[in-house]
Amino acid sequence: MSTYKLDYLDQLESEAIHIMREVAGQFERPALLFSGGKDSITLVHLALKAFRPGKFPFPLVHIDTGHNFPEALAFRDALAANIGETLIVRQVADTIARQQLTEQKGKFASRNALQTYTLLETIEAFEFDCCIGGARRDEEKARAKERVFSVRNEFGEWDPKQQRPELWNTYNGRIQKGENVRVFPISNWTELDVWHYIRRENIALPSIYFSHERPVLVHDDQLIALCDFIQIEASDVIETRRVRYRTVGDMTCTAAVESNAADIDAVINEIIATRISERGETRIDDRATEAAMEDRKKNGYF
Amino acid sequence: MDILRFITAGSVDDGKSTLIGRLLYDSKSILVDQLEALERQTKNKSNGEIDLALLTDGLRAEREQGITIDVAYKYFSTPNRKFIIADAPGHIQYTRNMVTGASNSELIIVLVDARQGVVEQTRRHSIIASLLRLPHVVVAINKMDLVDYSENVFSNIVIDYAAIAEKLGLKDVTYIPISALDGDNIVEASTNMPWYTGKPLLQFLEAVALTDDIDLENARFPVQYVIRPQTEALHDYRGYAGKIISGTYRKGDAVTVLPAGIETSIEKIEHNLQETEEAFAQQSVVMHLADDVDVSRGDVIVKNNSTAKVSNELEVLLCWMDTKPLLTGNKYLLQLNSNRVRAVVKAVQYKVDVNTLENITYDGAVKLNEVVKATIKTASPLAHDSYRYLRANGGAILIDETSNITVGACMIQ
Ligand SMILES: Nc1nc2c(ncn2[C@@H]2O[C@H](COP(=O)(O)OP(=O)(O)O)[C@@H](O)[C@H]2O)c(=O)[nH]1
Repeated sequence: MSTYKLDYLDQLESEAIHIMREVAGQFERPALLFSGGKDSITLVHLALKAFRPGKFPFPLVHIDTGHNFPEALAFRDALAANIGETLIVRQVADTIARQQLTEQKGKFASRNALQTYTLLETIEAFEFDCCIGGARRDEEKARAKERVFSVRNEFGEWDPKQQRPELWNTYNGRIQKGENVRVFPISNWTELDVWHYIRRENIALPSIYFSHERPVLVHDDQLIALCDFIQIEASDVIETRRVRYRTVGDMTCTAAVESNAADIDAVINEIIATRISERGETRIDDRATEAAMEDRKKNGYF
Repeated sequence: MDILRFITAGSVDDGKSTLIGRLLYDSKSILVDQLEALERQTKNKSNGEIDLALLTDGLRAEREQGITIDVAYKYFSTPNRKFIIADAPGHIQYTRNMVTGASNSELIIVLVDARQGVVEQTRRHSIIASLLRLPHVVVAINKMDLVDYSENVFSNIVIDYAAIAEKLGLKDVTYIPISALDGDNIVEASTNMPWYTGKPLLQFLEAVALTDDIDLENARFPVQYVIRPQTEALHDYRGYAGKIISGTYRKGDAVTVLPAGIETSIEKIEHNLQETEEAFAQQSVVMHLADDVDVSRGDVIVKNNSTAKVSNELEVLLCWMDTKPLLTGNKYLLQLNSNRVRAVVKAVQYKVDVNTLENITYDGAVKLNEVVKATIKTASPLAHDSYRYLRANGGAILIDETSNITVGACMIQ
């Protein structure tokens, strides 16, 4: 009987494929939100397993803040071309111009909050009824309560008190016109699960996930990549360090970690050895308030 | 390494949050910055030590009200197993959350305060565990430090609970005396309770045999999606994509497509983008049938040695989850795995008292958190199994067609 047992990564993989196929079966116009980060690259890999030799029943959609790492963008374009799937890119800068939005000011001015506007605009323009995302429940406290199928109103808002009960592996994706559903196939994966899966499946990642030399600004113990999007002052400490990234967000709000881990085995070893969680270490925006993530989620961020 | 999904239940202040915090803490799943945030939060309160219970309080509203109101999922692993905890609150008004959390779990930890013994909530949580047919039950008798680690107190609670377990037909019940606060019998055997010779909680959770929980005899494959590339090269490709929920399938097996009852055989199975001779429960695969039959989403492919029931009338135990009451005669959608059909609740026979498991007379309306025995008629025949014998193909949800909310959980009889 033991030959009929699945390893934990096989179980997580199968669950994620099942969820993606539910999306394909239940929605008219789904989309896969693709950021070029390791979680969404993993989603693409899972989608290949779910739908090949057919085409994906959804396009890849990237909301580009204009502050992305060039390595991640190049990787994104190469991947989409390589698998022959549609990639839709929408620029936050265009939304800012069109809707006359006010940009954040300051040293590390971030477009993170404005992303939501472009996302909602895109959802409306393409009439997407479902957006697949790579969020995981272990990332943050507020996410721990998120459903796999999470209904958003027409403003993209999440109401934690009005969540539908989600039973067995049965997903209810029925919505009213104007609403949409965020679907998270890797809800039950931890950061380490994702890395182990990437290693097992030999999934290629953008180079910034591995150790490289880079000039960084040292700010409050955090290392921020030198780029055109942050304000440099005379008093700033700029050094060249060997770093890698654990998450790939905007250049203005994603910090690097010092690391010599040049390959995936070394990265996994480092993660096991570090006892700092992914968001706390590398996301500058989550530190602001205890409930930062919850606020942003309610406002239509993932 | 495999996965164990479990749910924790207890009444308020039995120490559920402390226990979960303890498991995460002792398995080194709490990371430095989370610990720091915890310390910051604890400082705002009056007592000095870090409060492990805060780890499981997800949302701000709950933090403000100081109670847990919804199911939250937590993760930790040991070298042998990955654990997924469904943390569901145990107040009377939240039966809904417990049913939700239990539906995906293989094991329940029922917490009992050693000073209080078996109370009304203990019974209710155990009844829900039996309705949802969780294969394994752990009764964790907590706060042993407050009863001088007394074997006598422990034994009396075991006797009381065993009577409940027997009445409910709970088969695999394990009793562990613990102190969640101090960590006794969590990871290491407690030196305060040498009389207890069983495994500490975490060692027990690591060792529970999960292989028997999956039915390998009765093969069920609900079709989720039809893959049709329609390209020149793959002109005739027609693959049925889905997840095997029970049993095993081999190339060449004689199968029937339900509810239509069309017999054919398996021409090819693909798993992981490759052809495979055999596939089994929990794998997501693509199946190809020998004959050109009409199969679509919601159909169930079964092996001919064990066919599912097909009918448009179902006897169910129904847990009502909506604030609006259930009215007989109302129309709903019933979803069983990937199959969604229109349904009407024809009749309610009786209510089940979730505190005593006794049947009480139906009084005209079914309210939130009530469990009833009902008859449901579906617009088209449904391939199903009895939840009692095949959990994977016997649990369905009811959806309100107008609000789209999931309003009920059905355990098909
Ligand atoms: N003495 C003692 N107190 C405990 C134990 N476990 C929990 N507590 C305390 O009981 C109270 C309620 O615990 P909590 O985990 O919040 O209970 P919950 O409502 O079930 O989540 C808190 O003050 C805990 O510190 C234990 O094993 N021994």
